[in-house]
Amino acid sequence: MAKTILAVDDSASIRQMVSFTLKNAGYEVIEAVDGQDALDKANVHAVNLVLTDINMPRMDGLKLLELLRNLSHYKTIPILMLTTESGDEIKAKGRAAGATGWLVKPFDPKRLLEVIKKVIG
Amino acid sequence: MSTDLEQFYEIFFEESSELLADMEACLLRLDVNSPDLEDLNAIFRAAHSIKGGAGTFGFTDMTETTHMLETLLDKLRKGELEVRSEMIDAFLKAGDVIKEQLSAHRGEGQANPEAATAICEELKRLSEDANVKKVEESPVNTNASTAFVPKEKTISSTESQSKPADNIEEYTHSYCIEFSNRGINDTEIQNLFTNLKLLGALEANTSDNLDEICKLTLKTSNCEEDVWEALAFVVDPTKLTIREAVLVDKIEETNLEGKIIINENLLIGKDGITETNTTAITSDYGFFPEAPSAPKLIEDHVINENLQQPSITGTKNEGQATLSKSSSKINTAPSSSEASSIRVSVEKVDQMINLVGELVITQAMLAQTASQFDPVVFEKLHSGMNQLERNTRDLQESVMSIRMMPISFVFSRYPRVVRDLASKLSKQVELKTVGENTELDKSLIEKIADPLTHLVRNSLDHGIETPEKRIAAGKPAQGTITLRAFHQGGSIVIEVSDDGAGLNRGRILAKAIERGLSVHDGMTDQEVWSLIFEAGFSTAEAITDVSGRGVGMDVVKRNIQSLGGRIDIESIFGMGTRISIRLPLTLAILDGLSVTVGDQMFIVPLNYITESLQPRVSDIKTVSGQGKVVQVRGEYLPVIALYEIFNLRPNVTAVHEGILVILEAEGHKAALFVDDLVGQHQVVIKSLESNYRRVQGISGATIMGDGKVALILDTTALVLASQQEAA
Repeated sequence: MAKTILAVDDSASIRQMVSFTLKNAGYEVIEAVDGQDALDKANVHAVNLVLTDINMPRMDGLKLLELLRNLSHYKTIPILMLTTESGDEIKAKGRAAGATGWLVKPFDPKRLLEVIKKVIG
Repeated sequence: MSTDLEQFYEIFFEESSELLADMEACLLRLDVNSPDLEDLNAIFRAAHSIKGGAGTFGFTDMTETTHMLETLLDKLRKGELEVRSEMIDAFLKAGDVIKEQLSAHRGEGQANPEAATAICEELKRLSEDANVKKVEESPVNTNASTAFVPKEKTISSTESQSKPADNIEEYTHSYCIEFSNRGINDTEIQNLFTNLKLLGALEANTSDNLDEICKLTLKTSNCEEDVWEALAFVVDPTKLTIREAVLVDKIEETNLEGKIIINENLLIGKDGITETNTTAITSDYGFFPEAPSAPKLIEDHVINENLQQPSITGTKNEGQATLSKSSSKINTAPSSSEASSIRVSVEKVDQMINLVGELVITQAMLAQTASQFDPVVFEKLHSGMNQLERNTRDLQESVMSIRMMPISFVFSRYPRVVRDLASKLSKQVELKTVGENTELDKSLIEKIADPLTHLVRNSLDHGIETPEKRIAAGKPAQGTITLRAFHQGGSIVIEVSDDGAGLNRGRILAKAIERGLSVHDGMTDQEVWSLIFEAGFSTAEAITDVSGRGVGMDVVKRNIQSLGGRIDIESIFGMGTRISIRLPLTLAILDGLSVTVGDQMFIVPLNYITESLQPRVSDIKTVSGQGKVVQVRGEYLPVIALYEIFNLRPNVTAVHEGILVILEAEGHKAALFVDDLVGQHQVVIKSLESNYRRVQGISGATIMGDGKVALILDTTALVLASQQEAA
């Protein structure tokens, strides 16, 4: 069965690109436009991996991470954060919030797949 | 696997345009004295999103500009820097530059690299005001600290090789070095290591054979350039990164001393700022070692394919600092409605509207055929036809509503126009908008923007006086321009009004005489004002670059007319001017009453009809030289005989034998004399102009259920013509 990825980004273009890339690689993709939307969707869908942007309206990626990790069925799901800053502070914050790893934006689709494959195959 | 990013360009362009518009709106409502953090966050996020997208899709010029914008904005929202009005100006300018870059990528227009560089410089200067402050507080500037280190140390530190780890603190710098060892043989690598050890303590190294990446940590008192020089002899400089770092996590540091693999995650630029030259080439992804479901760490940690990007040496580029502190705050902006909307191309909607239009015609045709059947015998047919009619109408209405957009799409651009222009003319102007949610057809929205801009500029330039003049005239120094939109009947009315000087009748008349136009003192104000719509007419005393060349008002009028609209001016000298534009709600469909004259059928737009009646003979009077009038409820209305206007052979010529349709347009009433009423229809408007030619008194045509063409009357023109005749 195809693995499901929850892709969270407030930018429609990035979301489409991510979604297109992942779907082409045979993953199921659920899109969410911000942290709150993602949380709602995470509660009703079984997800194998979460890919989230950090800077978003309503609820940012760090808060989402934190809240997801509080859900029993998201304790061990890999969550990757997409960040425009490669600075270490953001990484430290993501790590504290429970992120599995990070991927710096801008990234190319090839790189995205490579990272995802490493995590969930 | 390759993904063609181009397919996402269009959506990125649209998204960015919207973000830019949002950003501008936020900027304009931002109060410099007490900036709203929400707004600052929203502006920051807009810049941030554009930057992210631009980076992903490879529009580097946009990335640069948005980056500078973001840097300054980030400082503002964190309160590291006070908002100043020159910053708002710079932001707006930057927005314009990005807009230009965007359209250049879209293949429309040209980007202006000089403007981009200029605005980047400006933003950099503004944001560096904060840097100066910061550096004064904590002098951790990399360059400053390297300057203290005497060069001689380079030579004298052979013993550093043997230096114990606990002395490491003596070194002023710690560098993370990464390079590709592709094409470098082992001897060279060994030599390189020896050379590096001369500079300080070479802490650890790993060589990832798979990716041919060599990673080192060097603790030294030398500056980055020295390290760079030592390496650049052997290593391809484009595949080399040197990053200055301090270890922040002390526990991790002791545990993992020497294991760069994990330390890397915790490395932080000395003053919280990582230089671009390192960020551009260091790891672009990674995993946290203890995190849930992180893959096996050792081999996965960093894969550095970005090495092929040109790297920048040393300190030359520290201006482009990436802020690593950003996005730490939780952003709670108004929620986006995006989740419940989809984007559809306008062509698809138009195609749908066209199809529905055809459906309406077919339905009308069926209805007409069905009406010939006995309603008692074919009861089901008739009820079915009624249902079909209702459904078609509902369908049509909902399809039309897709195209409807609030006029705020147009209004939102004027705060900026007014702001820029007012400061240019040193006038104080407040812009009020009323009825922004009034909806009208998208095609109208697009076409109304330019004429409206012209009117707003005119109001500001010619209408609103300078503060001194205003005070002298007993008015508040700040003038007001009001944009108002509302529905009236089947039209939308858009008004541009100002409390400025008003039109000067005398001057307009004088100018008209000077231009050889036929005018006389007995003209009504309305007639005088309409003179300003004559081509090349300008009464401005001095021609400014804003307006006053007299190119425009005639164009405005033509544009409005081509949209089936009308433009009116009301003005009181010294009090202000109000220009109202009246437009049809939509260009596609019309509710009409079909009437016959002889064997011709005409459609009268329902919106203009107040009543229909058969007059008594005694109500009809003939006024010499002014044709016939009819008395309706104590009012005398001119009678418009359609058969006379279109030279038809009617079935009836005596007014009392036919039907009078009372029309009201532009505040005037008239009675349209026709043979008979046929029925009420919703008709799809087809342009007569593009299929035949423009005909006076006819605004369009439609295809009736039986396939015949019926002409749609231009009621307003007919009514106004009758008024002129009567006058």
